[in-house]
Amino acid sequence: MLKIENLTAEIDGKTILNGLSLEVAAGEVHAIMGPNGAGKSTLSYVLGGRPGYEVTGGSVTFRGQDLLDLEPHERAAAGLFLGFQYPVEIPGVSNVQFLREALNAQRKARGEEALSGGEFLKLAKDKAGLLGLDMDMLKRNVNVGFSGGEKKRAEMVQMGILDPAFAVLDETDSGLDIDALRVVGEGINAIMRAPDKAVLLITHYQRLLDVVKPDRVSILSNGRIVKTGGPELALRLEDEGYDAVMAEPA
Amino acid sequence: MSEAATLPTRRDEAWRYSDTDALAGIDLGNWRAVDVAPGETLRETLAVEDENGIADGTRLTRLRVSIGKGARYELFGVIASAHLGRVEVEVTLAEGAHFEMGGITVGGRDTVREFVTRVVHAEPNATSNQVVRSVHWGQGTGNFLGNIEVVRHAQKTDAAQSFKGLLLEKGASVNAVPQLEIFADDVKCAHGASVGQMDENARFYMAARGLSPELSRRLLVQAFIGDALVALDDEAEHERLLQVALDKLDKHL
Repeated sequence: MLKIENLTAEIDGKTILNGLSLEVAAGEVHAIMGPNGAGKSTLSYVLGGRPGYEVTGGSVTFRGQDLLDLEPHERAAAGLFLGFQYPVEIPGVSNVQFLREALNAQRKARGEEALSGGEFLKLAKDKAGLLGLDMDMLKRNVNVGFSGGEKKRAEMVQMGILDPAFAVLDETDSGLDIDALRVVGEGINAIMRAPDKAVLLITHYQRLLDVVKPDRVSILSNGRIVKTGGPELALRLEDEGYDAVMAEPA
Repeated sequence: MSEAATLPTRRDEAWRYSDTDALAGIDLGNWRAVDVAPGETLRETLAVEDENGIADGTRLTRLRVSIGKGARYELFGVIASAHLGRVEVEVTLAEGAHFEMGGITVGGRDTVREFVTRVVHAEPNATSNQVVRSVHWGQGTGNFLGNIEVVRHAQKTDAAQSFKGLLLEKGASVNAVPQLEIFADDVKCAHGASVGQMDENARFYMAARGLSPELSRRLLVQAFIGDALVALDDEAEHERLLQVALDKLDKHL
């Protein structure tokens, strides 16, 4: 579904991704772990097309399309969802308005009918319920005055509403308490566990992987994938640390 | 005295950021008087908008408003057309009266769009609130010159003024000139002004959810100018004024 080949990218002239290759198949949850500064967030921003992140080499193919050739909003319409480590506050714009416009813009780009106000609210209520988020929260302005945990739940509600084929979730577990972590993890399972979907789950900790059980785990270090394995790799990292695991021959 | 001799210049404080060249041939004596009787409420909305394509002339609206004891006058306006579009309001408040104003200017090219107000708190216990939001691009200019006068015995006056400018492109400008002349000693007068540009973090976030640059800009501008219409308690008029501003933004002219 997603194929990254020999990707290099830089910010302000500084190389962050340095020959990264990774393949994620449909139906797969692929966890990316790695030490601080390895390039995990950069990878998610490059996939999302954030301005300022310059791709200097390599390719990314998403569902047979050249992803890097698409504008950020076109990537969303093509089925890519980027879950933010720090969701952005948008004063004056309600979640309901924002998400309805976003969903209908995506549907229009795909040649589908727009959802009516009533249809949208029904969908939003359904997905908010799944994540234990009160509908009143969705009537408030996007992320404004939300706690860290509420922002992450709201991200997952957005994902549920937009129903992407592929989600890149950047440290969705940061800032969550244990109960919220379970709710968010189960939300990811409910929304994204399907044969025709896939997830790239960027995380520091095993605890999210206890809920969202990854099919594969890759370690990102110095801008490239240095090791890929099954779920046991994450467990070993938790026990032994990055240095020990990465020191072994691949 | 010939008309040309009476034309203001940019040396006049109230025309400092205006385009006074655009005043040639314009009748400046055309003030409309508005009297709000004691205890009454009057609301006016005005939209300076294009008719049959882009209008490039000069559009002056000049109001001289007298608000009676305990009365209320509300003015909500959008200036989205004319090379020079200017709404000028002189308001005198009697005891316990209220003046509420929401103003929006939008424009690009080399247009100048401005609100100029003079609010005189002539008696005690009167209140006024003015909110102006300006969104400009190209070489467009938006101005708010707001003068508040509180006379010596107008105690317990509560006057507020808020201006925010949003510049969409390099080359556009906004000017805010709050002027407060306060001769009473027991009053509240608040004013604030800021200028900024669009939040690029918000725009990328919105793009990542599928909104094109045009749509995210429209949503952010709508949120920004919405402040000026918060106090407009008429949904249809609210929507109409918003649309006039957003249509101009969409055309980006």
